[in-house]
Amino acid sequence: MTRALIALVSGLLFGAGLAYSGMSDPARVQAFLDLFGNWDPTLAFVMGGAIVPMAFAWLIKSRLSSPLAAPAFDLPGTTKLDRPLAIGAILFGMGWGIAGLCPGPALADLAIAPVAVLPFVAAMFAGMAAHRFIPVSPK
Amino acid sequence: MIPAFPNAMPVEGFIGGLLIGLAAAIMLLGLGRIAGVSGLAARATGIADAGAPRNVATAFVLGLPVGAFVIARAIGEVQVSFPASIWPLIIGGALVGYGTRLGSGCTSGHGVCGLSRLSPRSMVATAMFMASGFATVGLLRVGGWL
Repeated sequence: MTRALIALVSGLLFGAGLAYSGMSDPARVQAFLDLFGNWDPTLAFVMGGAIVPMAFAWLIKSRLSSPLAAPAFDLPGTTKLDRPLAIGAILFGMGWGIAGLCPGPALADLAIAPVAVLPFVAAMFAGMAAHRFIPVSPK
Repeated sequence: MIPAFPNAMPVEGFIGGLLIGLAAAIMLLGLGRIAGVSGLAARATGIADAGAPRNVATAFVLGLPVGAFVIARAIGEVQVSFPASIWPLIIGGALVGYGTRLGSGCTSGHGVCGLSRLSPRSMVATAMFMASGFATVGLLRVGGWL
């Protein structure tokens, strides 16, 4: 219960940050990727702002033996560079550019423009489910 | 405001970014997890078998629209502009869903959490999805779709 509450607070702040920063606007995100059009650098400021607290958080994490409200850290490995990582990132980047949306803003937009974002969210979950049946071999 | 880029929102962007980073820091230091939206969304819906506990993933995912709603109410209006056609949303959504599962993350997990961790996997993934995004929008621009 405590853990779900912490996750809810994290999600709330995350969604608030997305909406406040303009990142819930697909046109603005696409304009960041549009180097030959009317380029909008806002996304770079968002990334810069987000990295600041996280850089401190990683420093604090290195001094903790366990997280404050869970028994242990459960973090992904960081080293192996494989084919699924590369192909997945490229496909994600294509979809991101085509729609101007990635998962966070899409879910946040369910509160701001639910009808407009619904096709994207439905297709995104369908794509996620499809990955279970269409894998890519690591080598 | 930046004169050369009249649409840019550097201050709001940076402050919103701080909120996003704070959210991810709470997830890391409180629960020991990466605040990766694609992974948590897949977990909340049951598409992913492993990962965060279901209640944690569901609570985080529900928080996203609620947090956005609060901001929309607080500042009056959050401007959003969607593609006129439904097809970019469907094609883009499918690619984002499949690609983030295959590549183990999106802008939040690889971009915000992984880059700040200096994770080699996340640095490679972020460089590749950025490059892919720039190339894709560049092609749409050249092809006259934008």
